Amino acid sequence: MIALILRDVRRGYAGGGATLTIGFFLLVAILFPFAIGPDAALLARVGGGVIWAAALLAALLPVERLVGPDLEAGVFDQLAVRGQSLAVVAAVKMVAHWLAFAPPVMAAALLSAGLLGLDARTLVAVEAGLAIGTPGLAALAVATGALTAGLRGAGAIAGLVLLPLAIPLLIFGAGSITGGEGLKLLAAVSLLLLAGAPFVAAAAIRAGME
Amino acid sequence: MIASLALSDVACRRGGRLLFAGVSLSLGAGGAALISGPNGCGKSSLLRLVAGFARSFAGTISVTGRVALLGEASALDGDRRLASALLFWARLDGLPDPPARVADALAAVALDTLGDVPVRLLSTGQRRRAALARVIAGGAGLWLLDEPATGLDVASIALLEQAIARHRAAGGVVLVATHQPLDVSGALTLDLFAHQPVAA
Repeated sequence: MIALILRDVRRGYAGGGATLTIGFFLLVAILFPFAIGPDAALLARVGGGVIWAAALLAALLPVERLVGPDLEAGVFDQLAVRGQSLAVVAAVKMVAHWLAFAPPVMAAALLSAGLLGLDARTLVAVEAGLAIGTPGLAALAVATGALTAGLRGAGAIAGLVLLPLAIPLLIFGAGSITGGEGLKLLAAVSLLLLAGAPFVAAAAIRAGME
Repeated sequence: MIASLALSDVACRRGGRLLFAGVSLSLGAGGAALISGPNGCGKSSLLRLVAGFARSFAGTISVTGRVALLGEASALDGDRRLASALLFWARLDGLPDPPARVADALAAVALDTLGDVPVRLLSTGQRRRAALARVIAGGAGLWLLDEPATGLDVASIALLEQAIARHRAAGGVVLVATHQPLDVSGALTLDLFAHQPVAA
């Protein structure tokens, strides 16, 4: 299983995967000041929410690469014939995707905080929220990747599947910035996604193998 | 090596259509069977039933020993060097000394000079032999080979036949789906066309 995690993490970072995530994230964060205007106070107020929206959009980027290529290459066939449970394989893929996805996102959030003029307290709250929320987001991305694997235009459909399901993460993530119980609720949503997504992904992969 | 395979009255249904029915087969140590039949008669589907990817519509399938599958795709990462791509699977198989097993398997399919070449640069036939090397290195008792001769030249087909013969000599069992003639001595022949359900 460690070998499988290492393989997927390596594939995640290969071919500029991290650069792509950071670049896309920053681009979304830069779009908001252009759209809203250079009002520093206003930007600082909406900045935390902007970072969360950017994180959600950046999570869409790798979805097509997570499950589809492995399904096509027969990797799941080979794992299944070795008696590996597909739900465990899916969970392993989620861990690997989180390791490849969360560090670039949290680094990009740090840079965006400078662009949006966030203060230190907000930045800490945003990074804490991302650390708790990204596991759920990674689980959702793998499940979405499995559901849309092999479809034409999988990337576009993945957006329609993933974004609505990620709304609770966005609400509690952005809500946690102002304090209160947001962080705990965010952790609850993240855990719920982590617990359910491996089984959804495994069922989708099994259907794709037939 | 402990391996055996028994099919009893197996039927397969895909997409609402009965592909074949009443297939029975029993293979003990050293046994081999060639599955033949025209395209679409369910050769690959039968192998995938035995591999446990789908449940048979009727009948029972019992397998003892570990199973190795040579499918349509090679399941080797294109950006990795051949030897390390094979090593990934050899490690998962959990047998002692995976690097030596991979080196032996590469020699058995005459790819020992290409271990440092990225998989994506291999030709169709070389990739097929690489996938066969993965099966050999795995050391499983039951081999399920789906069209193993596709894309292979005459010399490579001889290597494939030798690999099958060595595996059987060590007590392994081989089930091959093929529409090309393969020289597998004493192998049973299972013509799936004869097991097609009678059209209503």
